[in-house]
Amino acid sequence: MLTLLGKRLLQIVPTLFFVSLLIFSLQHLLPGDPALVMAGEERDPEAIEQIRRQYHLDRPLPVQYVYWIKGVLSGDLGESMRLKQPVLSLIGEKLPVTIQLASMAIVIALVIGIGAGIVSAVKKDSVWDYVANGFALWGISTPNFWLGIMLIFLFSVKLGWLPASGYVPLSEDWRSSLASTIMPAFVLGNAIAAVLMRHTRSAMLQVLESDYVRTARAKGLLERSVILKHALRNALMPVITLGALEFGTLLSGAVLTEQIFTIPGFGKLIVDAVFNRDYAVVQGVVLVTAIIYMALNLLADMAYILVDPRLRG
Amino acid sequence: MAEAVLTNALGGATDDDGAETPTARAMRRLLRRKGAVFGLFVIAFLVALALFAPLISPYDPNAQIWSAVRKAPSALHWFGTDDVGRDVLARVVYGARASLMAGIISVAIAIAIGVPVGLIAGYVGGFIDALFGRITDAMLACPFLILAIALAAFLGPSLGNAMIAIGITTTPIFIRLTRAQVMAVKVEDYVEAARAVGNPHWRIALVHILPNILPALLVQATLSLAAAIIAEASLSFLGLGQQPPAPSWGSMLNAAQRFLVNAPWMAIWPGLAIFVAVLSFNLLGDGLRDALDPRSR
Amino acid sequence: MKTFRLTAAAALLVMSAGVACAQSTLRIGLAEDPDILDPTLARTYVGRIVFASICDKLFDIDEKLNVVPQLALGYETAADGKAVTIKLRPNVKFHDGESFEADAAKYSLERHMTMAGSFRKPELAAVDRVEVVDPLTIRLILKTPFAPLIAQLTDRAGMMVAPKAAMEAGDRFGLHPVCAGPYKFIERVPQDRIVVEKFADYWDKDNVHIDRIVYLPIVEDTVRLANLKSGGLELIERVLATDIKDVRSDPKLKLATALSLGYMGLDINIGNGEAAKNPLGSAAKVRQALDYAIDRDALNQVVFNGEFVPGNQWVSPENPYYQNAFPVGKRDLAKAKALLKDAGVTTPFDVDFMVSKGAETQAVAEVIQAMAAEAGIMMKIRVTEFATSLKAAEAGDYQAYLLAWSGRSDPDGNLYSFYKCKAPLNYPGFCNPDADRLLDESRVPPDAPQRKSIYEKLTKIILENHPIIYLYHPRVLIAHTDRLEGYRQMPDGLVRVTGLTLK
Repeated sequence: MLTLLGKRLLQIVPTLFFVSLLIFSLQHLLPGDPALVMAGEERDPEAIEQIRRQYHLDRPLPVQYVYWIKGVLSGDLGESMRLKQPVLSLIGEKLPVTIQLASMAIVIALVIGIGAGIVSAVKKDSVWDYVANGFALWGISTPNFWLGIMLIFLFSVKLGWLPASGYVPLSEDWRSSLASTIMPAFVLGNAIAAVLMRHTRSAMLQVLESDYVRTARAKGLLERSVILKHALRNALMPVITLGALEFGTLLSGAVLTEQIFTIPGFGKLIVDAVFNRDYAVVQGVVLVTAIIYMALNLLADMAYILVDPRLRG
Repeated sequence: MAEAVLTNALGGATDDDGAETPTARAMRRLLRRKGAVFGLFVIAFLVALALFAPLISPYDPNAQIWSAVRKAPSALHWFGTDDVGRDVLARVVYGARASLMAGIISVAIAIAIGVPVGLIAGYVGGFIDALFGRITDAMLACPFLILAIALAAFLGPSLGNAMIAIGITTTPIFIRLTRAQVMAVKVEDYVEAARAVGNPHWRIALVHILPNILPALLVQATLSLAAAIIAEASLSFLGLGQQPPAPSWGSMLNAAQRFLVNAPWMAIWPGLAIFVAVLSFNLLGDGLRDALDPRSR
Repeated sequence: MKTFRLTAAAALLVMSAGVACAQSTLRIGLAEDPDILDPTLARTYVGRIVFASICDKLFDIDEKLNVVPQLALGYETAADGKAVTIKLRPNVKFHDGESFEADAAKYSLERHMTMAGSFRKPELAAVDRVEVVDPLTIRLILKTPFAPLIAQLTDRAGMMVAPKAAMEAGDRFGLHPVCAGPYKFIERVPQDRIVVEKFADYWDKDNVHIDRIVYLPIVEDTVRLANLKSGGLELIERVLATDIKDVRSDPKLKLATALSLGYMGLDINIGNGEAAKNPLGSAAKVRQALDYAIDRDALNQVVFNGEFVPGNQWVSPENPYYQNAFPVGKRDLAKAKALLKDAGVTTPFDVDFMVSKGAETQAVAEVIQAMAAEAGIMMKIRVTEFATSLKAAEAGDYQAYLLAWSGRSDPDGNLYSFYKCKAPLNYPGFCNPDADRLLDESRVPPDAPQRKSIYEKLTKIILENHPIIYLYHPRVLIAHTDRLEGYRQMPDGLVRVTGLTLK
């Protein structure tokens, strides 16, 4: 088991290297002189030269890359040009917001997805099955920004039940925090609920036909107990680890959702940074995202290994 | 993931023994599923819309009628008009072109790059496989939409660049899928036999392996098409895709945002169009997956 | 049970006490997140809105664009126009307790004039040096007479910063600005909020009744308005013209408007690099044709429900400096086509049309495109990010550019930097020695009629060449809850926060 873990950790190193290459090259894809971009309005040639020297832009690309990596390894992700704030602290401010949103989304997804999956598997081929399937299809087919706009239209403009935008941190006021995040969380979790529902359904179906469930039924246990204690536990494992892997989808979804609901999170940070050509922020955010994603992957793998003794070999 | 289906790629409805070929069987099973049939019909309808837009559309999508700005749906304008007096139905019809093209070309790019790379990685194995594996992992570690936005922003806003951006970010999925399929098929008896007979590697790859992984690729292509349509709509929504005044469902939604209260039809129709298109591709993909999976009943 | 009742009672007591001491908070919805909150380095319009609460200026303006005292009481211009003596208000404190005196004023002005990266340099370019006459008087020695000087001091160039705080913070001053306005800066979470609180020692503190202001940038216009309607905000800026009816029909909302000092125009690249070598850029007749092809009234009607004001000069028709000899023209498609033929241009021909991202700019661009197309001028829209579009414009990487200007109280602010040869905002690359001479001359006379007659000659040159085709003048549209009393809108669009009460 440890060797497996060790092998996986070793694999991460080259992957991270490629991620950093990818990120670094994104900045240099842009035509034009980065020094001029950083100089902003300053047209004094000496000031521009000074910027060039300060950010090592006069050196060959590989050297620049080394400087950047050195900075990253020591915790310095650069500074936002627009806001004059260190990227790391910006990320520190915004990431918790998106994490709150993502956590709520996952909870919603788990509740709706697994619930619908169970119902659909247990009542296979009935009306409920079709409804649940339809919901799943709807979930993955609706563009999340359209769903967001429609929800705002319905719940904020027409009914006035929920605030149309903005974000209140959980620590400040849990009620308005919930109110401000429930719609975007639903939009985010909706697509994942659909995916979860399908996986739960097929996993449950497989399990419900299996031997030990038949045994449990034969032993005369109540149907509900059969479902909850035996079937569910086995069906759920792959489903939950799938949730961890959907982090990437969550973040992609967060990009537009935060834009529409004006939530000052990670997704909005990166969209604004891309549009404002704030390279340091773009680089820092993508790097952090990649690291988190790979960490989650690793955890999911470890969870698999822990749970399924067959994999420990 | 669908397992490889043993098939003679050149087979017709029946093979030499008179039994039904797997291709025909798959077709039959596909057509039995109502969802897939529905999806197929809708896709055909959308393709027809896109191809015959000039014949179907009641108005020129860019014709601004300044006296009919933001009019609600009526007999004259079935879907209403938008903020500069253009017929929404016409723009939805023409918008099908942008969305479908974006979907098809993005996936084509992804396949054109991803499948050969995956073939080589899976077949050759070793260091090349490990190298591509890490590169693919790296690309998959970055959230898809963020990469696409960054790429599209750097390339410059246009439908073409959006398609390239989406294509490139979809490529890793095909690399991975192809590689996994190749590795599963590579150890099958008939491949070993082909090798024993002395076939050159490229022939084995193209003639013996590739046709057997096509079903899985087809399923993924359909599902990726659905995702690509949403991605194009997202990029256009942000202003990075189709440039005005050319219609695109995503950019129509962008303009519609300001008028949710005054002219909600501007948002409803393009959104529905995206939903229907994506739904159809998803239904078709699901149907294909079930039809081509030898394990399902 | 007893403990429960006790705690419940205690909780109630605390809550009611809290309610009684509740601070009044004014939540203002901005259309964008401001850039750095340093008056010397700031460039955005929304930044100026925030500054209105935290950084007082030497002078301010009223609705009629007259100069009124703020941190300065009055001014006197020398006979030769090369020296301006300004009397400062006594007993003014900065937010950190420092006293506002002539030294602080001199420091602030010199900071604007000399700091690296300062965007105020061109605004104060005419100032040679600042002298301290006595603790409450400063004198600005000018290189040449400069009539618009006082107008500059009613904006960011006249904002006073606390010297000690500014010296310590350097270019980080914007992260925690310390000025002398009615509110002091508390905190800022980028893209989320800016919080300011009443400054207890403000010189006009009796006129400040609201305890706290929170600025919330909300980019989506519909969402901003939705927040106002649902009570999440008390005031929003930049209401969409198409939402005016909605606001007016809502009994809980009020609309405050003023005709903006700015305009929306089409910059045409006539001399800025290679891109200028196209039919539109090279022949004035072609630009006049484009001007005739545009129906400003229809444009106003379609995109803005007729709420804005069509224009053809850099000041609106209601501005005292407007030249009535050159009224706004009506669309004349036939004349446009004739002019094109006259210029020897074969139609249709393409024009690269750069448009900065914005809710209404895109609609404007599309309407203009349709209008121009009827004359054979095919404008190809290219939507670009605002910051990027500015850079592209500087580099001459465009042929037509739809650009708005927020406007300045002195007409020179809408003119000089745009038309002087090689001036920073002169994106078209317009260079005319007669115009240059007239621009400089117009800055000298201290009274309006003289300047206006100089402007008349300038207007003729500009309208013959059309480096900028002016389209319309927007209205400043501010919507607020009817619980907010005392709000008056000035034409510069800023949200002034003194004299307001929140019920």
